[in-house]
Amino acid sequence: MDSVLNWITANQQIIYIVILMIFVGIEVIGRVPSVLHTPLMSGANAIHGVVIIGAIIVMGKAESDDYLALVLGFLAVILGTLNVVGGFVVTDRMLEMFKKKKK
Amino acid sequence: MELNILTVCYLIASVTFILGLKMLSNPATARKGNLIAAAGMTIAIFGTIFLYTDTEGHKLQNYAWIFGGIIIGSVVGTLAAKKVKMTAMPEMVSLFNGMGGACAALISAAEFYHIYKLHEGSGDTAFSAIVPVGYYITIVAGAIIGTVSYTGSIIAWGKLNGRVKDFSFKGQHIVNMIVLALVLVSAVIAYRSEVGNMFIPFMLIGLFAFVYGVLFVLPIGGADMPVVISLLNSFTGVAAACGGFLYDNKAMLTGGILVGAAGTLLTMLMCKAMNRSLTNVLIGSFGGAAKAGAAGAKQQGSYKEISLSDTAVVMSYANKVFIVPGYGLAVAQAQHACHELEKLLEEKGVTVKYAIHPVAGRMPGHMNVLLAEADVPYDKLLEMEQSNDEFSTTDVVLILGANDVVNPAAKSDPSSPIYGMPILDVELAKNVIVNKRSMKPGYAGIENDLFFRPKTSMLFGDAKKVLQDLIGEIKNL
Repeated sequence: MDSVLNWITANQQIIYIVILMIFVGIEVIGRVPSVLHTPLMSGANAIHGVVIIGAIIVMGKAESDDYLALVLGFLAVILGTLNVVGGFVVTDRMLEMFKKKKK
Repeated sequence: MELNILTVCYLIASVTFILGLKMLSNPATARKGNLIAAAGMTIAIFGTIFLYTDTEGHKLQNYAWIFGGIIIGSVVGTLAAKKVKMTAMPEMVSLFNGMGGACAALISAAEFYHIYKLHEGSGDTAFSAIVPVGYYITIVAGAIIGTVSYTGSIIAWGKLNGRVKDFSFKGQHIVNMIVLALVLVSAVIAYRSEVGNMFIPFMLIGLFAFVYGVLFVLPIGGADMPVVISLLNSFTGVAAACGGFLYDNKAMLTGGILVGAAGTLLTMLMCKAMNRSLTNVLIGSFGGAAKAGAAGAKQQGSYKEISLSDTAVVMSYANKVFIVPGYGLAVAQAQHACHELEKLLEEKGVTVKYAIHPVAGRMPGHMNVLLAEADVPYDKLLEMEQSNDEFSTTDVVLILGANDVVNPAAKSDPSSPIYGMPILDVELAKNVIVNKRSMKPGYAGIENDLFFRPKTSMLFGDAKKVLQDLIGEIKNL
């Protein structure tokens, strides 16, 4: 019991962020029209590409003679970039078409 | 100082993610929202590269590797995203999602390896003595969720482009549960092992998670893939958030949880558009049960075909024509031909509108994107409810490669796997012309009574070719 309470106290900032973000995430897209489901999914897909920051940190911390760590980090950076760049570009392409019809 | 600037970078990034998502859910601001989120991401990435310092104040190294990876990823990602056909968009999203999942899993693996290296010397100390439980759970959760998301997305990708077939066997759900249990057992064993021999249990976690991802998606029918992709999308979000825990990185945390929550809601909204629950999609899979139902279906009556010239006449002399696009239109890339037909008919004084079912095509919104590409005006695209109101005053409904979304079995046959899904009531119109390549059933694998109704005529052929010929015929009238 004590350890759980301690853990909560030690990580309270993070726990607050998690709880608030869950509500923000739900509120923010609550009234999306079904037309936008696909682009929204694609956009959200690009946003979780933020995982690349972790990949960069792993890569940057690896000892320069530790090839396993280097390769792991390198792969992670490539995959993360694919997720971010590909995700945003695909979303933009989808939305580009939505824009035209407004005229 | 630099670290403080980095904090601001992450703050900006987090705000742009929220704003971006918000704007993405409104057609007018969606594109800007995407760009804003992308800008925030760029700030966060470069901030990390140049300003990040660890707790002892060391800066990052291996810049060559980092930039090498980013350049390779950017070039490949941009090319792939630019080259992909509009019809293959859903697959592409799935594939990118898989990359994100794999990235999260690799980060966990690398972190695990890092801890192992630090304590290599003390080979027989229990792993649990070195790493606190909370920290361990974060690493392992990142690894498991990331891996499941990766393999699941790859399978979903394969299913959408037809490389992977639906596959299910009896008791699959039990097998899935067992595999999932094995994942968790391996995770516990790894935590209890000595530092020297924890490699094998850790590998097993990855292996079982890998298998689970495959088994999880395999039995789910192709028509439900959008829902699955959206779900896996939110998984990856959670995996990214695990990374945020690991490095106490607020941008990763907010971005990840935001997508996790929004993705889950989006998944449920998509299910709702099909009038089904998430459990129903995941467990009551279209697979086996639907096939049995289709096989047992009564022998159908006969259908009648209609010639191109007859179609041309019927359509040119109609007052109001509705076009119902479906996946067949997407496959044939017939959106431009479709728009041309619409313009031609309008010149002749025919009102032409499009009836868009929320799940027509392979993804919600798929048809809107396709038709928008062909410059079809936005106000011509009607949602399901509006269309259903207008069908009774419509002379001709032209169905282009849609099937399940107009299947009356969804309303009348409780044994049908799509029973309860709202459909387009095309039968209210005076004439229904169905363009299909053959009489084969649609994606859900079930027969469609509509094709055998007296009002319905069939116009066989590839959507694009048929439309082009039809345009020719109408011009010659």
